[in-house]
Amino acid sequence: MIELLKQPWPWYASGTAITFIMVLLLYFGKSFGFSSNLRTLCTLAGAGKTHHFFDFNWRTQRWNLLFMAGAVFGGYLSAAWLKSDQLLQLAPSTIADLQTLGVPFDGGLNPSSIFNWHFAFSPKGLVTLLGGGLMIGFGSRYAGGCTSGHAISGLSNLQLPSLWAVIGFFAGGLMMTHVFFPLIF
Amino acid sequence: MKGVKFVIAGILFGVIMVKSEAASWYRIQEMFRFQSFHMYGIIGTAVGLGAIAIFLIKKLEINDFYGHPIVFPHKEKSWPKYILGGLIFGLGWALAGACPGPMFVNLGYGYPTMIIVILGALLGTYLYGITKNKLPH
Repeated sequence: MIELLKQPWPWYASGTAITFIMVLLLYFGKSFGFSSNLRTLCTLAGAGKTHHFFDFNWRTQRWNLLFMAGAVFGGYLSAAWLKSDQLLQLAPSTIADLQTLGVPFDGGLNPSSIFNWHFAFSPKGLVTLLGGGLMIGFGSRYAGGCTSGHAISGLSNLQLPSLWAVIGFFAGGLMMTHVFFPLIF
Repeated sequence: MKGVKFVIAGILFGVIMVKSEAASWYRIQEMFRFQSFHMYGIIGTAVGLGAIAIFLIKKLEINDFYGHPIVFPHKEKSWPKYILGGLIFGLGWALAGACPGPMFVNLGYGYPTMIIVILGALLGTYLYGITKNKLPH
């Protein structure tokens, strides 16, 4: 069983597993949406004292913070127990494109040329990591949800606003990848 | 101990994000370059099955764990906030290569520099909170 789980999962198994998480949270009386935690963390840091948007009872989101803590631990367990011996099966064309941009493929989950402290504190690194994160945080709250809340929960519930948001996610992603990326990297 | 089930759900979510490779910076790039079906297959399967599941929950009036009817939050009817917010999110998603869940999953997996992406995301959320009233919704 562990050997089976260790292999990279095919897309249909992965998609089914994500639906399972969404249904599980519905069964627990909650709604799958991860980015709400970012707002709750701001509230916990004291942002509610000065700004109305953060002034809410964070205990209503306690379940989601626990889910978040579980997610960190799940990441740890995957690395400790379920790591595959194979390299990531990335498309050869993507490997070639990224090589041209100076991001070599190292076979891991994320490029070590980007996710290291030396790069992180370089100007390019701060734009990529801090700047990227900033847009993710601002955008997900502005749109009222991220990939889990809109693309998975919202589209599954046939919500038109979620379709607008997902169109926005993709338009932004394509713009970054094809227009801004070559300027940054 | 009511919270334990959410920790367990979170652990499962973390494992799924890693093993599906949805938490991979490389896979996000591959998706936005249309060079593999992988991510589209994952999202497509999740939404397709999710739609069937939600349809059945509504049709069969299934109750939750506590015996309460399962309610679905309706998204506010509007479009500027979804399109503009979505666009900004997408720019960040392709750049940092992680959406909010996978940022935290990767931190546990062994990418400590993800903390910078998380700090950026908290700062972005804070900036939205203080500029909210000036933005078109």
